[in-house]
Amino acid sequence: MSDTTQARPEQKPALSSHEAAAPRPLWQVVLIRPEVMTLVLLFVAFGVATWLSPFFADTTFILESATFYVEFALIALVLTLIIISGEIDLSPAAMMAFSACVFAALFKAGVPIGVAMGASVATGALMGAFNGVLVLWFKLPSIIVTIGTLTLYRGLAQVLAGDRSISGFPSWFIGIDWKYWFGVPIPVVFFVLVAIVLGVFLALTVTGRQIYQIGTSPEAAWHAGIRVRRIKMSLFVLLGVTSSVAGMLTASRLASVRYDMATGGELQMVLMVMLGGTYIFGGRGSIAGTFLAAWLLIVIATGMNVANIPITSQLIVMGLLLIVSIVATNAIYARTQR
Amino acid sequence: MIRRTLLAALATGAAMIAAPLAAQDTVDIVYIPKNTGNPYFDSLVAGFEDACAEIDCTFSQAAPATAEATSQIPFITAQTQRGVDVIAISPNSPDALNQVLDRARSRGILVLAVNGDLVGNEEHRDAGILPVDFTKTGPNQVELLGSMIDYEGEIAILSATTDAPDQNTWIAAMEDVLANDPKYADMTLVAKVYGDDEPQKSTTEAEALLQSYPDLRGIISPTTVGIAAAAQVIQSAGKADQVKLTGLGTPNQMRPFVKDGTVQAFQLWSPYNQGWLAAHFAVGVRNGDIEIAPGNTFEVANLGTVRIEDKNVINTQAELTTFDAENIDDFDF
Amino acid sequence: MRDFVRTLIHRREAGIFAMLLLITALVGTMEPRFLTLETARIVALAIPLILIAAMGQMMVLVARHVDLSIGSIMAFSSIIAGMMFRDLPDLPIMAGVVVAIALGTGLGLVNGLLVVIFKLPSIIVTLGTLSLYRGLVFLVSDARQVDPQFIPRSLISLSQTSPVFGIPWLVIIALAVAVATYLFLDHTRLGRQIYALGSNPVAAPLRGIKVVRVTLLVFALSGALSGLAGVLYASRFGYVNPGITGVGFEFTVIAAVVVGGVSINGGVGTVLGTVLGVLLLGLVSVALPVLGVSAFWQDVFNGAVIVLALLIDRTVRERSTRALAQARSSG
Repeated sequence: MSDTTQARPEQKPALSSHEAAAPRPLWQVVLIRPEVMTLVLLFVAFGVATWLSPFFADTTFILESATFYVEFALIALVLTLIIISGEIDLSPAAMMAFSACVFAALFKAGVPIGVAMGASVATGALMGAFNGVLVLWFKLPSIIVTIGTLTLYRGLAQVLAGDRSISGFPSWFIGIDWKYWFGVPIPVVFFVLVAIVLGVFLALTVTGRQIYQIGTSPEAAWHAGIRVRRIKMSLFVLLGVTSSVAGMLTASRLASVRYDMATGGELQMVLMVMLGGTYIFGGRGSIAGTFLAAWLLIVIATGMNVANIPITSQLIVMGLLLIVSIVATNAIYARTQR
Repeated sequence: MIRRTLLAALATGAAMIAAPLAAQDTVDIVYIPKNTGNPYFDSLVAGFEDACAEIDCTFSQAAPATAEATSQIPFITAQTQRGVDVIAISPNSPDALNQVLDRARSRGILVLAVNGDLVGNEEHRDAGILPVDFTKTGPNQVELLGSMIDYEGEIAILSATTDAPDQNTWIAAMEDVLANDPKYADMTLVAKVYGDDEPQKSTTEAEALLQSYPDLRGIISPTTVGIAAAAQVIQSAGKADQVKLTGLGTPNQMRPFVKDGTVQAFQLWSPYNQGWLAAHFAVGVRNGDIEIAPGNTFEVANLGTVRIEDKNVINTQAELTTFDAENIDDFDF
Repeated sequence: MRDFVRTLIHRREAGIFAMLLLITALVGTMEPRFLTLETARIVALAIPLILIAAMGQMMVLVARHVDLSIGSIMAFSSIIAGMMFRDLPDLPIMAGVVVAIALGTGLGLVNGLLVVIFKLPSIIVTLGTLSLYRGLVFLVSDARQVDPQFIPRSLISLSQTSPVFGIPWLVIIALAVAVATYLFLDHTRLGRQIYALGSNPVAAPLRGIKVVRVTLLVFALSGALSGLAGVLYASRFGYVNPGITGVGFEFTVIAAVVVGGVSINGGVGTVLGTVLGVLLLGLVSVALPVLGVSAFWQDVFNGAVIVLALLIDRTVRERSTRALAQARSSG
C-alpha cells in the first residue's frame, strides 16, 4: 500500500469554484451593508456639525430639535416596511393632516377627546385601507395612485378645516414634546420604542421574513403560500394608523391643527427611508437603517441651522447626500449579489 | 460661496463665545423672514444692516426655504441655542410658533414680530413692528380703487392664501368699509378669490374673474404675486381701460405695468424703514433706553418720534405710500 | 394584431376626449360664459409650459424611467436666462432661449449619466437632483428674483401676440413641440427604440438597441424641454423667482402625462393621449374657479381626477390584455 501519511488526491475538495462559492466571511456580512454606511455618515455628520458650531453638541438641544422630525421619522419606519414589500405610499403627510383635522373638528364639536382621538385613528386606518384597495384590488401603480390620494386627502382636510387653525386643546394634551422620560422628550422615546418593536418584528418573525420575500418576488411568494394581499393591506392600514398618531403628536406639539400640517413631508419621509439603505424596488432594507437615517437627517438639519448655514447650501447638501448614499447602497448590493 | 459661508459661520460661532466674556454691549440680532428668495424681505434686511452699521448691533438672518406654517420652528430653536439677544421674525403662522417663542423668551431673548403679527397670540412676543397701521390698509386700498373707478361698479379681491392673517385682516376691513361707508355705496364686492401666492394659480383666478364678471370695474390684489399676475392678465387681455387694478406691490415688480399704463397706481410701505426701526428699537430696549408699554414714545434717527400702541404694536408709518408713474422711479425694491 | 391593440389604445384617447367634452358641456350649462373663445384662449395659455415639459416626461416614462427634477431644471434655466437678460440688456431673446435649452440638456444629461453609470433607479436620482438643482438655483441667483423690468418685451409678447386666429405664439410653440415629438417617436427608428426599451429593458440589447445611448437621450431631451419651458416661464409670468418658479411642477406634469394614458411601467403612451391629458387637467384647473368652486375643493377634484383616470386606464388595459390573449389563442 502507498504511504497513508501522503494526502490522497481524491480527498482534496472535488467541487470546482463555480459550483459552490465559499460563504462570505462574517465580518463582511456585518460590516459591508448600507446601514453601516449610514452609521458612518452619522458619525461624520456629528463631527462636522460640532466643528461648525460650538452650540451644536448639547444633548438637550439635539433632543429638542429631534422632536420636529420625529413625527415623520415614525412614519418612515412603517414606510420602510411598505417599500420592502415592493410598494410605496406618498400620502402619509396628507393622511396626518386629514386625520388631525377630524380629531380637532370633533373635539371642537364637543365630542369627548378620547372618542375624537379614536375617530382620528379610525380615519387613518380607513385612508390606509383606501390606498390599499386601489393598489391591491384595482392593481393601480402605488406611486401614482398615492400621489392622487395625497391630493385628495389634503383637499378633504381643507374642506373640513377651512383656513382656520383649530386650537384650545386641554393642557394635558399639548406640549408632549416638553414632557420627558429620563431627560428624553416623550415623542423621541416613542420613536425609539416603535423602532425596536418594528425592528424585531421585521427581522425575527415569520411575517417579517415574508415581507422581504414578497418584495423580492410577489409571484414566488404567492406560490409559496404567502398571503401577499393580506400582508400588504395590513401594511397600508398600519401606515394610515401611524399617520394619524403622528398627526396627533404634531397637534400636541403645535397646540393647533391646520389643514396644511406636514406639507412637503412626503419627500422627507422617502428621504429617510432611502438614506437608510432600503432598496426602492423592494426586497431589501431594514428598520435599523431608517432609524439611523432619521438621526442623520436630524443631525444635518440641526447642525446646519445652528451654524447659520443658509438654506441654499442645505438643499445642495441634501441632494448630494441622497445621490451619494444610493450610489453606495447600490454598489454594496451589487457586490453582495451572488 | 459654501466655504465663505462656513468660514463666516465659524467666525460667528467664535464671536459668540467671545461675546459673553466681554461686556454685553453689542446687541446680537437675528431676523427670520417668511422664506428665502423674496425680494420684499431683501429690502427689510437692508434696513437692518444699515442700522447695525451705525448703532451697536450685529445682524444676521436665517431663512427657511418655504413659507409654510411650521418651517420657522427649527430656525427659532437653533437661534435660541446660539444665544442671540434678539429674534426678529416675520411669522408664517399666527399660533404654531407660540411654544418655541416662549422658550426663547424664557432664556432672556427679546422676541419681535416684524412685518406681520401673531394675530390673537400677541402675548407670545414682546412687541410687534408693523409696516403701517394695518387697520387702515384695507380702507386705503378701497379708497384708491374707488378714486380710479368713480366710486361705482363691481369689484373683486385677489388674495394670497386663505389663511394668511394679514390678508384676512385687510380683507375684513375692506368688506367693512364697503358695507358701511356711504362713499362706497355704489361699489359692490362680487368675488374674493385666492391665488395662493403662486403665479399660475393667481393667473388662472384672475382670468376667471374677468370671464365670470364681464362688468367688473376693478380688482384689489393686496399681495405682490397676485397683483403681478393680475397685471399680466389685464395687459394680455388689453383690458386696462375697463378693469382698474390696484393692490400692494413692489415698485420693481410693477414698474413696467405702471409705465405702460396697465396699472395707474398701487400702494405699499417701506420695508427698509421697518428693518431700520426694528434694529433701533431692539437696541434701545436691550440697553434699557426704551420701555415697552403702550403709550410710550421713542426717537429713531430719520424717522422721528415713534409711538407704541395697544398690544405693544409699533407702526412704522401711518398710511400707505402710493406709487404711480410720477414717483415710481424714485424707488429700488 | 398590432392594429387590434392600436384600436384599443385609441379607445383610451377617445375616453379622455369624451371626458373633455363632458366637462365642457357640464360647466357650460352651469356657466354659459364658459363656452366662449375667451375660455379657449385662457385654457390654451394655461397649458403650454406643462405641455412642453410633458413631451419630455412622456419619453422618459415610456423608457421606463421618471424625471422628478424637471421643476428644478426649469427654474435653473429660467433664472440664468433671466439674469442674462438683466445683465446684458441688448441680448437677443434667441440667445437666452438657446442657453436655457443647453443648460437644461446638460442637467438632464447629468441625470442620465447617474442612472446609467451607477445603475441607479431614476426615481431616487431625480429626487436627489431635484433638491441639488434647486439649491443651485438659489446659489447662482443669490436668492434674488429677476424683476419684470428686466424681462425683454419681445419675450413677453410671445405670450400676448399671435400670428394667426388669436392663438398666442406661446401656444403655437408648444404645439410645434408636440408635433415634433410625435414625428420623432412614431416615425424614426430611434423613437421606436424608446418604446422597445421601455416595454422590455432586458431584451432590448438583444434587439440591437444601444440602451445607454437611448437612456441618455431621453433624459437629455426631458432636460432640454424643461429648459425651454423655463425660458418661456419668463414670457408667461413676466419674472423669475428662485423660490417659486417650477416648484411642484413635476407633479403637475406627471399627473397630466399619466392621465393621458402613459404607463408608469413603460412602453405605452401616445403624444395625442398626453396632449389630451394636459388639456383635461388644464380645463379642470380653469373650470373650477369659473364655477366659483371654493379653493378648498379644487385639490379634492384634482386628486379625484387622477385616481379616476388611473382606474379607467387599468380597466382598458385589462380589457386589452384579455383581448390580446384571446386573439393569440384563437389566431
